[in-house]
Amino acid sequence: MVYEEDNSEAVEMKHIISILLENEAGALSRVAGLFSARAYNIESLTVAPTDDPSLSRMTLVTTGTDEIVEQVCKQLNKLVDVVKLVNLTDDVHVERELILIKVKAENEQRDEVKRIVDIFHGHVIDMTNSTYTIEVTGDSEKIDALLKALEGITMLEVVRSGQLGMGRGDKGIV
Amino acid sequence: MELTGAEVIIECLKAEGVDYVFGYPGGAVLHIYDAFYKQDDVQHILVRHEQGATHAADGYARATGKAGVVLVTSGPGATNAVTGIATAYMDSIPMIVITGQVPKHLIGNDAFQEVDSVGITRPIVKHNFLINDVNDIAETFKKAFYVATTGRPGPVVIDIPKDITAEKVAFEYPAEIDMRSYNPTVKGHNGQIKRAVDMIVKAERPMIYSGGGVILGNGSEQLRTFTRSLGYPITQTLMGLGAFPASDPLSLGMLGMHGTYEANMGMHHCDVLIAIGARFDDRVTGALEKFCPEAKIIHIDVDPASISKNVKVDIPIVGEVAPVLDAINAQIGQKGGKAAAEQTNKAALEKWWAQINEWRAQDCLKYDRESEIIKPQFVIEELHKVTNGDAFITSDVGQHQMFAAQYYGFDKPRRWINSGGLGTMGFGLPAAMGVQLAHPDETVACITGESSIQMCIQELSTCKQYGMPLKIINLNNGYMGMVRQWQEFFYEKRYAMSYFDALPDFVALAESFGHVGIKVEKSSDVRPALEEAFKQKDRLVFLDFITDREENVYPMIPAGAGLNEMILV
Ligand SMILES: Cc1ncc(C[n+]2csc(CCOP(=O)(O)OP(=O)(O)O)c2C)c(N)n1
Repeated sequence: MVYEEDNSEAVEMKHIISILLENEAGALSRVAGLFSARAYNIESLTVAPTDDPSLSRMTLVTTGTDEIVEQVCKQLNKLVDVVKLVNLTDDVHVERELILIKVKAENEQRDEVKRIVDIFHGHVIDMTNSTYTIEVTGDSEKIDALLKALEGITMLEVVRSGQLGMGRGDKGIV
Repeated sequence: MELTGAEVIIECLKAEGVDYVFGYPGGAVLHIYDAFYKQDDVQHILVRHEQGATHAADGYARATGKAGVVLVTSGPGATNAVTGIATAYMDSIPMIVITGQVPKHLIGNDAFQEVDSVGITRPIVKHNFLINDVNDIAETFKKAFYVATTGRPGPVVIDIPKDITAEKVAFEYPAEIDMRSYNPTVKGHNGQIKRAVDMIVKAERPMIYSGGGVILGNGSEQLRTFTRSLGYPITQTLMGLGAFPASDPLSLGMLGMHGTYEANMGMHHCDVLIAIGARFDDRVTGALEKFCPEAKIIHIDVDPASISKNVKVDIPIVGEVAPVLDAINAQIGQKGGKAAAEQTNKAALEKWWAQINEWRAQDCLKYDRESEIIKPQFVIEELHKVTNGDAFITSDVGQHQMFAAQYYGFDKPRRWINSGGLGTMGFGLPAAMGVQLAHPDETVACITGESSIQMCIQELSTCKQYGMPLKIINLNNGYMGMVRQWQEFFYEKRYAMSYFDALPDFVALAESFGHVGIKVEKSSDVRPALEEAFKQKDRLVFLDFITDREENVYPMIPAGAGLNEMILV
């Protein structure tokens, strides 16, 4: 009857949750505050207004056992500002993340970096004599693979957007 | 006609049928106070500390089911209200707290008496609002009352910058409110109800475990019908007492840390647990891994997040207690046209009741009734007799609270008013003020301890101003009794800081506020003193009972133990 006992389900998994919320001052801090108050994990969180300016859409990545993530979703749904919530992990969906990396690119490294960027279908969006700033989008495995490929290169700055997600086909939040 | 923002606030309160506002003035709310001055429809009760205002509004809400309303100024007014807001939040009490804020152009400037009230209260409210525009006041109030009183109720804070309360606007109160982001579930899912009914009638060792949700959801009538038509045993949480009559033989009393032996053993051994408006709080379940090891669990609750939060349940039913129980009662009644009791497993139930009665025979609430030193339990039992078990009882937090819960025997809902979730010392006296205002002709008593009462003692002055004839039952053991009990059990009697070297003369103190004080030192004087006090219908009487210093609350489940591992006397 009790969580501690059924270890079978107690595996921690990454979940990607999509939330529509009122685009109001304070709505974001309600979500963030919930996570700290209840000691849930946030791996990443992105939020911006949608085509309907009265709504924001948030994509939140968290890890936890199925029970914990179910609680997370229920508690989020309970927030008065949350209009709708879908745990994308429950169904087929697409995920994308954007990364910007400023790397040291001098001499022969310039070609090496350029080649890696091409392999990952990225772009060099800014350059100086000694640096490239590159942009790559993809799911998180691709981004992780990119970072691994760049291990021999000096990275000066890295910024990731956090994941965005959307259900496939007719699965969706609206 | 155009009204000022402050006047709009008054109109909103009128439209919501608010009769009392508990508050304390200050700079940021002076326009609102001025608007109060100019009308007689909503009465303002001036407390002596903002914490008192919140507890009074809370007590009013618990006694009536209506939202309690609080008005405080910005900065320290708002921070003083925080304890009371959290108290209401933890017990799901509908409350509206209006906090003044510095003028809009000063927000964020560390202005005089500025705090981020919305930020401070965010984790302890159901929702909160900062009003930015005088045009939004009416709609915000409509939303606030709607959110506070529907679904799982809770406190809502409305923060209003001072400048807005002076601006003018045409007043129109929305008749309806529709919030796309807030739609509480009312009725239970039919399929789930059917499955539950099936499981309920087939139970061999059933147990009903009901909580504060039954009282909040006005489901007491339905609970009585349900329990009595089946003839099943019922135990109630600290917050649920009174929803089902304590005097009914089906009642096993309270469960949990200081629950009865029969209730906790019944929980531990039942095969079907029917949880109704209860939230599996840690003070109820004891060690989770030992909780109800043999039971299938049905859980009825209006808050989906309460379901399977601590204990995984087999049949969840999300909905308000009253309509869900109505549906269950109807289905049990209809099954094959037979009365509920005819469908149940008679033979198994007979055995189960025989077992329960064996546990009952332990008489776990026995104590020395002949003692000449006053036993706290004795005072509560005598209080029950003198008030015919029909008083509204508020309490503070500690041993006296548990004794009140165990020995008063509540037969009606909304009569037992205490801070269960947050456990706020200082709650009892101001809460009693709210109850008395809601029910001016009823008997209201506050059961307290010499430590708790000192936390909001200043409200004795409010009681004088408004002629509130409360009866204060001070169980004076000279210790923070509950703390001392834990120190006795778990810290080898090292009574660190759990007593005061200086206590006031409570009789003189009560008298200095203009009330009557009576000190009682012998058991034989308890009854006459209570009778004398309750005869004084229009006076507040402070009864200072000098009780057994080291009495303990039994039974007790130590932290980390299961419900079947109680310490009896
Ligand atoms: C505001 C607050 N501070 C501290 C506590 C911790 N606490 C719980 S019970 C208690 C002692 C209460 O003593 P008293 O009011 O004399 O009641 P008794 O237990 O003696 O009946 C304390 C300090 C609390 N519940 N609330």
